[in-house]
Amino acid sequence: MSEAAELRERAMAAAAQVVDPEIPVLSIVDLGVLRALEVDGDAVHVAITPTYSGCPAMRMIELSLAAALRAAGIEKFRIETVLSPAWTTDWLSDEGRRKLRAFGIAPPAGAASRRALFGADTVACPRCGSAETERIAEFGSTACKALYRCRQCREPFDYFKCH
Amino acid sequence: MGAAALFPYTLALADDALVLGHRLSEWIGYAPVLEEELALGNIALDLIGEARALYAYASTLEGKGRDEDALAYRRDAHEFLNLLLVEQPNGDFALTIARQVLYSAFLHPFWRELARARNEMLAAIAAKAEKEAAYHLRHAGEWLIRLGDGTQESHRRAQDALDELWPYTGEMFAVDDETDALIADGIAVDPARLRPEWEGTVTDLLARATLTRPVDGWMQQGGRQGHHSEHLGHLLAEMQFLQRAYPGAVW
Repeated sequence: MSEAAELRERAMAAAAQVVDPEIPVLSIVDLGVLRALEVDGDAVHVAITPTYSGCPAMRMIELSLAAALRAAGIEKFRIETVLSPAWTTDWLSDEGRRKLRAFGIAPPAGAASRRALFGADTVACPRCGSAETERIAEFGSTACKALYRCRQCREPFDYFKCH
Repeated sequence: MGAAALFPYTLALADDALVLGHRLSEWIGYAPVLEEELALGNIALDLIGEARALYAYASTLEGKGRDEDALAYRRDAHEFLNLLLVEQPNGDFALTIARQVLYSAFLHPFWRELARARNEMLAAIAAKAEKEAAYHLRHAGEWLIRLGDGTQESHRRAQDALDELWPYTGEMFAVDDETDALIADGIAVDPARLRPEWEGTVTDLLARATLTRPVDGWMQQGGRQGHHSEHLGHLLAEMQFLQRAYPGAVW
């Protein structure tokens, strides 16, 4: 393996360990927050993108990423925040969706109703799988989540909003 | 034209987002129910996040070393270019919701159009903000219907709120000469073109809410030129306190 390929692999493995501080089961790779990782000589260039404009986790993710790279013995790196193209829940990996459900958060449903003025998405309960759920509040514990309740098992749960 | 006109244009959009974001944050601890506390806090967070991205870009356009904090915390009221609508005090819950409806119904299509602008940075910021504005409009719209079509008291308050805020809606569609040039260059959005959609959204919501559309009359303007109501100064005094007392303080 060339030196550059080895460095890239090491940097990628380090970045994949960085998790969302609010949803610690999801790495920034699962989330689609990591947009690019390139090696230029002996330097690493990482591009990340925010989920929501005001997401307070972004700064934390940037700090954790820098710490993870340093822990992997990488000192020369640059972390850049890119806004375009805008992040979308479509970038959540299948693995990420599975992890979300296991964590008790319903993953984003289809994109169809994203811009509808009224009505909520049809969301399956992450605990019992029932589609008999209702929205309690459009805005939940973080910018990316809404609050739902299952009418079958009666459990409240977070729903990762379509974005 | 170029950067000279683009700076105040970007700054004005940033000021709109920051001032409204701060206004909404004033509800924290006072909202009628916990879910609303979270909702208004989340919306404020979206707006302040949008403001940060816009200020950061404005800072590079100006090129005088004033960063996002300097632009937000070290300018006085007459240097702020926000719309008068967003600086109006929160009033009761109905007034806050009415302000959100009137503004979000404009801002959602505005971001959608700006996302197609011939300016990469503004388009990128707009593409993100458009998704957020869609939620803001839905949240406020659903509340306006509940208030208008609710009790006698909530209906009266919602109607009073609309009547009070209506004279501030005209400013959203006004354009000065500098912005006109940016519109011609395909960089800025022509707000007049958004008017039919705004009218449609608002008229539909008011009908569902059994509220009456106020009559268009005298429209207040001046925010975009730095002429503000007395309310902005009070808002800034609170928001800028720390940076005024301890200039350059960092966390």
